[in-house]
Amino acid sequence: MGNLTLLSDAPVLNLQLLLDGILVGAVFALVAYGMALVWGVMKLINVAQGEFVLLGGYVVFFLVRAGMPPLPAVPIAAAVMAIVCWALYRVVIFRIVEKDLFTSILATFGLSILIQQLINQLYGSDVRTVESGLGSLFFAHGMVTVAEVKLVAFVGAGLLGALLVWFLRQHRLGQAIRATAQNTRAARILGVDTDRVYAATFAINGAICGAAGGLVAMTWTIHPYSGLSYTVRSFMIVVVAGLGNLAGVIASGAGLGVAENYAGFLLGAEYQTAFVFSLLVVILVGRNLWLMRQRKYLK
Amino acid sequence: MSRPSTRAARYAALALVALAAPWLLPSYTTQMTFLWLMVVFALTWDIVGGQMGYNSFGNVLFFGIGAYACAVVQRDCGLGYFGSLALGTALAALAGTLAAAILGPGILALRGQYFAIGTLGLGIAAADIAAGWRYIGGGSGMVTPLFPGAVGARERFFYYLLLVVAVLTFATLRWLYAGRFGLTINAIRDDEEKAEAMGIRTTRHKTVAWCISALFLGLAGAVAGNMLGFIEPREFAFAGSTYGVWMVLMAMLGGRGTLWGPVIGACVFHITQEVFWTYLLGWQRVAMGLFILVVAVYFPRGIVGWFRQAR
Repeated sequence: MGNLTLLSDAPVLNLQLLLDGILVGAVFALVAYGMALVWGVMKLINVAQGEFVLLGGYVVFFLVRAGMPPLPAVPIAAAVMAIVCWALYRVVIFRIVEKDLFTSILATFGLSILIQQLINQLYGSDVRTVESGLGSLFFAHGMVTVAEVKLVAFVGAGLLGALLVWFLRQHRLGQAIRATAQNTRAARILGVDTDRVYAATFAINGAICGAAGGLVAMTWTIHPYSGLSYTVRSFMIVVVAGLGNLAGVIASGAGLGVAENYAGFLLGAEYQTAFVFSLLVVILVGRNLWLMRQRKYLK
Repeated sequence: MSRPSTRAARYAALALVALAAPWLLPSYTTQMTFLWLMVVFALTWDIVGGQMGYNSFGNVLFFGIGAYACAVVQRDCGLGYFGSLALGTALAALAGTLAAAILGPGILALRGQYFAIGTLGLGIAAADIAAGWRYIGGGSGMVTPLFPGAVGARERFFYYLLLVVAVLTFATLRWLYAGRFGLTINAIRDDEEKAEAMGIRTTRHKTVAWCISALFLGLAGAVAGNMLGFIEPREFAFAGSTYGVWMVLMAMLGGRGTLWGPVIGACVFHITQEVFWTYLLGWQRVAMGLFILVVAVYFPRGIVGWFRQAR
């Protein structure tokens, strides 16, 4: 808590924390949007979401180690993860799409442990990062630094989000996805192949996670056990913003990023994960209590 | 249902096997002790998960609280080994119950997937807080006092202690499920709105059910922490991705919402896990993830449920 006085003594530090928070928040929002898509369309909560992010990060890591420049590796990671997720849907996920949510949570939790341990077993539990080769920008006489790679991540996340929105609005498949989300039975009657739509949705989510993972690997670090925190962050953002509310997802993503940066600064970095998970509980209980005033609950 | 006399004979036979086991197979005592721990895990999870329909991923929280509470009491109270162990275990059970009573009304108001993810967050947050808290040893954990006695006696002592906890849990649940309380929490599982409309105080009953679960988990945590002799926050006390998920898996494997299901599930699971550990060294955690996935997707009704369906 000693850092609190530091904040009021040097207000420019606030700017630094805010900026960092908003930049990281864009990536959180991107992953959360993927989770909301799967949740809304397939009625499935994907606990393995964070592991998909990690896998994307590892794809970029190995491509860069093989001699590729980092930025072009990100779309490749997205493509790889889309294929992986499409295959996962065909092998196992299609069986839990129309089951109850608890089954899907437990099954994807198993998947998450499987992927996490597989990474750990194959590549070890070292903390990895990708050297982006970009510099830093300095503002306010060097008091505020912004790594260019974070800006790249921010812009990349924004572009991907915009692309996704365009796809869901304009593309034929995107329209089929939205129709399935609104009313699966009616979509089926009108000739939408919902099984194909589910596979496409899961693959698109994989692509989003893959790209986000690449950005995470360049901007921060990846290691096998950090996946669950991304899942929880996405879940939190979706709960706050609601399904299919893009502006809300962006705003709560940024809010979460800022809150996390402040918590890391004030409580110390070792409590940052604890903060994320505690915040989840507080947000869930708080929002539920708020709804209970109207005799409702989170559904 | 079978006649009471044959049922009593069956219970007696089981009790005899359980009592004689550490003398018959002395080299497997620790594994069998873990089996009783798993039985407690599955049974306590099933009170809230199976019978009441609230699928918790964070029940391991109470286990960890129990383990730490007991270790702190043993460190600070200054009684002899057995005196401090008894006091610590009692206080651990109390601490677990209290935690459930405090968290219950807020957390149990969440439904379905929100409850599941919320409790998952609770368990992991507890692990991270414990790992950063100096008073209880931080990330390096706590060491419990040394058992005064021979090596073999120590294993047997904790075997019987955990056996007592498991039997106590089973007997209490059997008694509770046979009565009004069991019917009430089943009513909450089947339709909470209707149960409330019938005049059942749902929040109170849900909290009490969670407290019972936490009580036995606290007991088990205290004993298991001492059995291992070393309490680590992430891998043992608040091990959400091992014990926390195993609880769910064992109850599901055996059959959710039945009395014997979790016991059978725990036995089958524990044997499977030991086999994985023996034959897939290094890959056992990968295999465990696959196992969870397979059970959740292909075998959600469990062994008891499957037999009932087949009949």
